[in-house]
Amino acid sequence: MTPDLSAARRTIRGGLALMTLGLLAAAGVYILALYYTPIEARQGLAQKIFYVHAPAAWGALVAFSVVGLASILYLWLHDERLDLFAASSAEVGVAFSMVMLTTGPIWGKTVWGTWWTWDARLTLTLFLFFLFVAYLALRAAVPDRGERARFSAVVGIMGLVLVPFIHLSVYLFRTLHPQPVLLKPSAPSMPPEMLRTLLSGMGAFTLLYLGFVMVRYGIACAANVRGGSSNAV
Amino acid sequence: MPDTLRLAFAIAAKDIRLELRSRTALLSAIVFSALVLVVFNFARDPTALAAIDLAPSVLWITFAFGAVIALNRAFYVERENAALDGILMAPVPRSALYVGKLLANLAFVGVVEAVALPLFVLFFNVSMGHALPGILGVTALATVGFVAVGTIFSAMVVRTRFAELMLPVLLLPFMVPPLVGAVQVTARLLAGRPLSEMEGWLRLLTAYDVVFVTLCILVFPAVVDE
Amino acid sequence: MTAPADAPLLEGRGLTRAFGALQALRGVDLAVRGGELVAIAGPNGAGKTTLLRILAGLMRPTAGEVMVRGQRLTRSEPGPRRAIGLLSHQTFLYDDLTPAENLQFAAQLYGLPDAAAAVRIALDEVGLSARAATPVRHLSRGLLQRAAIARALLHRPDILLLDEPFTGLDAPAAERFRSLLRAQLAAGRALVLVSHHLAEVWALATRVAVLADGRWALELDRPGDLAAFHARYGELVDA
Repeated sequence: MTPDLSAARRTIRGGLALMTLGLLAAAGVYILALYYTPIEARQGLAQKIFYVHAPAAWGALVAFSVVGLASILYLWLHDERLDLFAASSAEVGVAFSMVMLTTGPIWGKTVWGTWWTWDARLTLTLFLFFLFVAYLALRAAVPDRGERARFSAVVGIMGLVLVPFIHLSVYLFRTLHPQPVLLKPSAPSMPPEMLRTLLSGMGAFTLLYLGFVMVRYGIACAANVRGGSSNAV
Repeated sequence: MPDTLRLAFAIAAKDIRLELRSRTALLSAIVFSALVLVVFNFARDPTALAAIDLAPSVLWITFAFGAVIALNRAFYVERENAALDGILMAPVPRSALYVGKLLANLAFVGVVEAVALPLFVLFFNVSMGHALPGILGVTALATVGFVAVGTIFSAMVVRTRFAELMLPVLLLPFMVPPLVGAVQVTARLLAGRPLSEMEGWLRLLTAYDVVFVTLCILVFPAVVDE
Repeated sequence: MTAPADAPLLEGRGLTRAFGALQALRGVDLAVRGGELVAIAGPNGAGKTTLLRILAGLMRPTAGEVMVRGQRLTRSEPGPRRAIGLLSHQTFLYDDLTPAENLQFAAQLYGLPDAAAAVRIALDEVGLSARAATPVRHLSRGLLQRAAIARALLHRPDILLLDEPFTGLDAPAAERFRSLLRAQLAAGRALVLVSHHLAEVWALATRVAVLADGRWALELDRPGDLAAFHARYGELVDA
């Protein structure tokens, strides 16, 4: 077993450990959410989706920031591992954004009767989703490894710079087109139990994110060493 | 004139001369935009929505799609006979190559818009008179933004297998801020609203242009240099 | 900084090119003086094209450097790039432009002071003046090659890199091309030529080198018998 391969396997093992930890934590959070956290007055039981919805959005945002950061570092240092790490993060990020984008409408329809609203968080996550998809689609379309890494890094950096503009667009849009009062209880007015569950949810999802990315990164490194393209990122 | 700018103009001039010779991309972009306008016209119910409400969106979607068609050609011409290598080998700063391509693309998209705008006025019976200078201004502002990003992406996708498909997938998320801003400003211009109501959007458009042209110049070498 | 008169025009020091685990070049050294022709052969995948692209400034080596007239070849410095010309099976020409327009563009890229004159002279030298206004698309293969040569030599490069230039040339065209190479050597230029058909340039070559698996496998000064070389080369490649 070559050194690189054993390092990859260690990364996968570590990642699986973190993943298991994260899943247990997530299970714990859901028990917390369902049994110990008070039911929100206006929305009822359906509000509890929030404890999956918000941490998933958080996970997608973390994944996106990592892609952006790793892209900048790659263009500076030209270390192939940064490229593999960014790509792994993108794959995990697209999964998290899909969770957010499915729980959002379910929640919205149940509580307010609309599938979608153009509020800041939903819109931003939708864009993160599209950017992740574009990033991964580009990677799939470029056969040369060096080119793939360079192009992905450029898209990652440009995506990172785009996010504030999306924010600004949504903000301008909403101040000029007032929307019905909606969605999550804002942090200050949240009772401490809810806040605690929310933060635990975010912690659990962060663990999950790290675990998933490490496993994916390990697999990509191993595929890299073997020179195959099936598990390549 | 500094070397970089002179080289950029030389590259842009070469691209324009090439396109005037073959005219394929320009014509297809113009025809495409005209078709989009026709489809929009037939697709709406004249009794349900006044033309003036839909007008800004229709105009800008037409501009956006026409631009994507026109942008596909930008680096395609450099593929034949490895012409791009000829440029990269020469003492040409990469920023000059990017700016040259950007200028040529602005010219092409500008032509497409110049044809689509009168057609739009014709089909949708929109009176533009007082708003025309403003609309031309915001068109220029928004176009610079998405052509800047489109130029860099077209450099990338030309080397991929499904170039025509990849370009919209990459570019459309980036077109949203300039598009949204342009539609908002256009709507207000057509309604004769005061400038103060558009300030925020205009600032957004300007900031987008400045930030992304700069960023694209900075990252362009990573796209073309091996 | 001016290099001493006898210094090599083109030098490659420890040229390495890798991506991840794949090594295309492993520390290749090269020195070519004015009036010398170095012929490079090797099996497919040996790294010949990579080496040429690095020498031309089209690819950045992972490690090592290229020196042109004593100056480092970098992305930003224009000087060294003006001294390099590349003649490949790709012509770098735009099909819809005429040879004159193509050369005019190249003259602008290289910042030549009197572009119109340089273009006229270059077209004359290759005998293309009569067809200077025909779009490249409509030129015959032979005329196309002449246009490509005109473009490569337009800026009077001190170093000429050639990638399989004899491909598709019939005997008379190949002979004309050899005269061209002789003239370049006589003018004091440094030539690096990559070819599978070493027999074509055997008489002209100052040195012959074989690249295999990213390294020099064989280097011969003033090569003697072609048959003997082929024998050694065959052993190498089959090994």
